[in-house]
Amino acid sequence: MPPDHNLADYVDAPTAHRHGGPLRVGLGGPVGSGKTALAAALCRTLGAEYDLAVVTNDIYTTEDADFLRRNAVLPDDRIEAVQTGCCPHTAIRDDITANLDAVELLEARHPGLELVFVESGGDNLTASFSYGLVDVQVFVVDVAGGDKVPRKGGPGVTASDLLVVNKTDLAPLVGADLDVMRRDSATVRGDRPTLLISLREDPAATEVAAWVREQVRVRRLQQG
Amino acid sequence: MTAALLTLADSRLPAGGHTHSGGVEQAIAAGHVHDPASLAAFLLRRLTTAGAVTAGLAAAATTRSSSGRHRGHVPSPGARSPAGSSSGEPPAPASSELVAALRHLDGEADARTPSPALRAASRQQGRGLVRVGRRAWPSPVWDALPAAPHHPVALGVAAAAGGLTPRDAAAAAAYLSVSGPATAAQRLLALDPLTVAAVTARLAPAIDAVADDALRDGLPADTDPLLDLLAEVHATRGDRFFAS
Ligand SMILES: Nc1nc2c(ncn2[C@@H]2O[C@H](COP(=O)(O)OP(=O)(O)OP(=O)(O)O)[C@@H](O)[C@H]2O)c(=O)[nH]1
Ligand SMILES: [Mg+2]
Repeated sequence: MPPDHNLADYVDAPTAHRHGGPLRVGLGGPVGSGKTALAAALCRTLGAEYDLAVVTNDIYTTEDADFLRRNAVLPDDRIEAVQTGCCPHTAIRDDITANLDAVELLEARHPGLELVFVESGGDNLTASFSYGLVDVQVFVVDVAGGDKVPRKGGPGVTASDLLVVNKTDLAPLVGADLDVMRRDSATVRGDRPTLLISLREDPAATEVAAWVREQVRVRRLQQG
Repeated sequence: MTAALLTLADSRLPAGGHTHSGGVEQAIAAGHVHDPASLAAFLLRRLTTAGAVTAGLAAAATTRSSSGRHRGHVPSPGARSPAGSSSGEPPAPASSELVAALRHLDGEADARTPSPALRAASRQQGRGLVRVGRRAWPSPVWDALPAAPHHPVALGVAAAAGGLTPRDAAAAAAYLSVSGPATAAQRLLALDPLTVAAVTARLAPAIDAVADDALRDGLPADTDPLLDLLAEVHATRGDRFFAS
């Protein structure tokens, strides 16, 4: 190592923290856990309060984007779908280029944008968003996947900013113990919050929407 | 050659390349590529047409952006800063001549890319490379580029900003013209990754030959109507994994 070696030469000034622009919220989680249903619920509940848009990362089709369009949750020009080259987790974590392009396109199209949801393609418990792409991330798991899921951990379950255990209405049908899921989540997540919800029973995703509002508020305070 | 070339050609460089298949997704759908031998044929064909054109454009962009420091010459080793340009000599500031020269090259790339889908894919990848390149190799030459330049033009500028030669830029372009589609084919056909690595490795002499040719006077203009047609059909599909 040369004597004049200076670590600052290797690292950017803290430009990684964007100034201004919308709060970017990642919605991740395994296939079918309810990410699109949650995105739709949040758009319905928060659409009148915030200028918002959605990026979808379908693995193969534009199914999720089409669902949001069909259900007229958002106008077409507020939904962008990206292709992930067979690798949904790469597109949200290792090489976020396509998603950044989509977010920047939406920001350019809607200069007053306040909130962007990025739905990942359904993946596994190790998938998580890079904080170069999103400011906060929600990990959505499904009660029908079994009450062992929180215990199994993985970065999505342990380190996401909010863990959503969805489809509590199915618990009696699949023999899942919600208390076990609540307890295991608290154990692996420490102080990070967990919400047990049923989008079937509460299509407005009331509690998750409240959490998102709080994130918007905190970011505005931080940005001054 | 400096280690900057390894970074530039590394598929881990987060420039968005992994979402493009270089036409191989549609070539598979059309039945042209189905096993290692047909993949090798596809890659060789792509290398000597689209690859040759991008190598020529990338080399020319490096030449223009390096203000005569190295037209085919290896930069002399001098005081090197670890994160910045490794040539020791800062690249020339973005002059209006450079802006015009790069815009001209960008137009040459358009003229060599008849398929609108491929033009869009190239600009999308160029934009991604500019985003990461600006951070990796800060230099005033980036400011001479349009917001979403063609990928080979951005690649040539990245090479210049990283202290590389036009030959390095051509080698990176030629290599990338086969490494991306090779990985895409491996994923889509679930080919043995060792077999695909061997196919790519054995293309090395052909890649070198394309990179050498790229330094000759005049920009290459080799075209492949099959690649254009595949890209146009691919762009209309709703059920694709890759952006192109
Ligand atoms: N019973 C029940 N079903 C739900 C609930 N939330 C979502 N679903 C259903 O679960 C299925 C999958 O929901 P999506 O929102 O498409 O899940 P996703 O995570 O976006 O799926 P991918 O994008 O394919 O990974 C749909 O049929 C939803 O209607 C819930 O709370 N209870
Ligand atoms: Mg979905």
